[in-house]
Amino acid sequence: MNNNSKTLFARPEAMTDVVSHYCPGCTHGIIHRLAAEAIDSLGIREKTVGVAPVGCSVLAYNYFNCDFLEAPHGRAPAIATGFKRLRPDMMVFTYQGDGDLISIGMSEIMHAANRGEKLTAIFVNNAIYGMTGGQMAPTTLQGQITSTCPAGRDLNETGHPIRMTELLSGLVTPMYLERVSVHSPQHIIQAKKAIRKAFQYQMDNKGFSLIEVLSTCPTNWGQTPNESTDWLEGNMLPYYPLGCFKDSFAEEDK
Amino acid sequence: MTKVLMKGNEAIAEAAIKAGANNYFCYPITPQTEVAEYLAKRMPEVGGVFLQGESELAVANMIFGAAATGKRVFTTSSSPGISLMQEAISYMAGAELPCVIVNIMRGGPGLGGILPAQSDYFQSVKGGGHGDYRLLVLAPSSVQEAVDLMILSFDLADKYRNPVMMIGDGMIGQMMEPVEFPDKIESPDLPPKDWAITGAKGRKPQVVRSLFLDPYKLENSSWHLHEKYELMKKNEVRFEKYKVTDKNEIIIISYGTMARICQTAIDAVEAEGISVGLFRPISLFPFPQDEIYAEAIKKNIKEVLVIEMSTGQMVEDVERAVVGKKKVSFFGRTGGVVPSPEEVITQIKDMIRKKSKSKKKA
Ligand SMILES: Cc1ncc(C[n+]2csc(CCOP(=O)(O)OP(=O)(O)O)c2C)c(N)n1
Ligand code: SF4
Ligand SMILES: [Mg+2]
Repeated sequence: MNNNSKTLFARPEAMTDVVSHYCPGCTHGIIHRLAAEAIDSLGIREKTVGVAPVGCSVLAYNYFNCDFLEAPHGRAPAIATGFKRLRPDMMVFTYQGDGDLISIGMSEIMHAANRGEKLTAIFVNNAIYGMTGGQMAPTTLQGQITSTCPAGRDLNETGHPIRMTELLSGLVTPMYLERVSVHSPQHIIQAKKAIRKAFQYQMDNKGFSLIEVLSTCPTNWGQTPNESTDWLEGNMLPYYPLGCFKDSFAEEDK
Repeated sequence: MTKVLMKGNEAIAEAAIKAGANNYFCYPITPQTEVAEYLAKRMPEVGGVFLQGESELAVANMIFGAAATGKRVFTTSSSPGISLMQEAISYMAGAELPCVIVNIMRGGPGLGGILPAQSDYFQSVKGGGHGDYRLLVLAPSSVQEAVDLMILSFDLADKYRNPVMMIGDGMIGQMMEPVEFPDKIESPDLPPKDWAITGAKGRKPQVVRSLFLDPYKLENSSWHLHEKYELMKKNEVRFEKYKVTDKNEIIIISYGTMARICQTAIDAVEAEGISVGLFRPISLFPFPQDEIYAEAIKKNIKEVLVIEMSTGQMVEDVERAVVGKKKVSFFGRTGGVVPSPEEVITQIKDMIRKKSKSKKKA
């Protein structure tokens, strides 16, 4: 390296230097990286604690270079509440899948959001239960085939997929709610901004934020990585529209 | 130290504050809601954390998160609520997080009733949640003892890095008695909380978890927990004896409020020349097994009588302690029905009568 060389790309300090267990083409890893970049850019690694869910990201604590708690299935928001109430000086983020957050953990996320816990919630929606091998999730789309709806999701039997960010927008308390995606570089840039903002709001003690991130599961969707980003774009985007659903500080942010 | 008249639930709340546990999460349920109501006022005065959660499921998980800070935390509930807490209790045992959980028991199963019972013995002592774990379980028989054991519970939780459960029947929570709080609490030398989550500043990141995907690591962790439970058995057995002498013909084994009712009965039959002793376990896990054995095998003892406000749960542990050396019998009322001293007296007298009859036959 000569003196004129410049580092353009490196592993964020908030990430560990290990090989992850995620499947090839899975976008969990990208979302980890975005969270780590946000932590780095705000210089908060040493006072950040993450809460890992039960799901494919159960081992998230191996990949983040900060303190972590491992929660029972769906309870990350309650665990984070207990921690943050005692340590309001620290930064707490949760990282949960759609089965974890919407199905078994619906109550915990709704109430943490409604109390306005000063947390950053990262919610990874891949329309399936990844870790247990591809069962139906509350987010599984109409007609989507999974191992527990082999004929495709039947809305008469199981209702419509839950749009969580919209549901949370019905609450008065939450400060910042946005849905982003990571299936293309442009979308990743938008997702990065949103995640950073959610951490920034927590730093400013503003209240509860949740960023829903549409994510791929090539393994359980039975697709190649490229097919899966196309499937996300063609099937998830129409039902799960991207955008900011609530930002109580949008004006002062500008 | 001055004595104050206090309801059990409020005394338990104040004792926790005296023990430096300024962090409380709760969900209302009879007959322990006064703990929450008392602390809703008291916690702001001491600069503590008070939060009413959305369910006991959430509350117990909040306790997990709060305990991970290394600060002293606790919750209180009653039977159906404690059932909902089992998930997080198992996770905390696995993650070695200290905390104190109080169960002011009411009748079950199911929604049961709201009156005093001791029917959560199995749940508290034998597991409750999943996995190879134990709770250290203490059972007070008076409001004063509830205060003392509450303070002790926090030390024991920190000492063993394990959840401690204090169980009292509804009466312990509801009755008013004079109590004394120590002016200054001297905690024994406790291990440093270097496991606490405080941010990875000047050290490597730390994780609080109960997950070990490698079976050998999980096995190691399970044996490590087991060693702690063995240490508890060695060091933390607690009990009290009442009128235990070599003349006793019957030894009663009873805990909590039930043991006090037995004392009244013992005094009454003593006046009629019948000698009965009471052995009251204070620690239910670890169970005073050897100590009960030592009493049961005494020459004069004809029968060991277990009395509980349940259909007989502790009786199994007593049988295990007595190992068939003496007959173990049981008397109990349950569902919120509290046995009267007269009922206990009748039990004792029936027993003595039967024994003397069978002697005559022989
Ligand atoms: C109490 C409990 N129930 C069920 C499970 C099994 N389980 C593990 S992960 C999971 C689903 C996770 O799906 P999701 O939250 O969508 O995460 P993903 O793997 O898709 O990222 C389930 C049902 C569990 N570990 N604990
Ligand atoms: S199973 Fe799906 S969500 Fe899980 S790591 Fe593989 S691709 Fe990602
Ligand atoms: Mg999922």
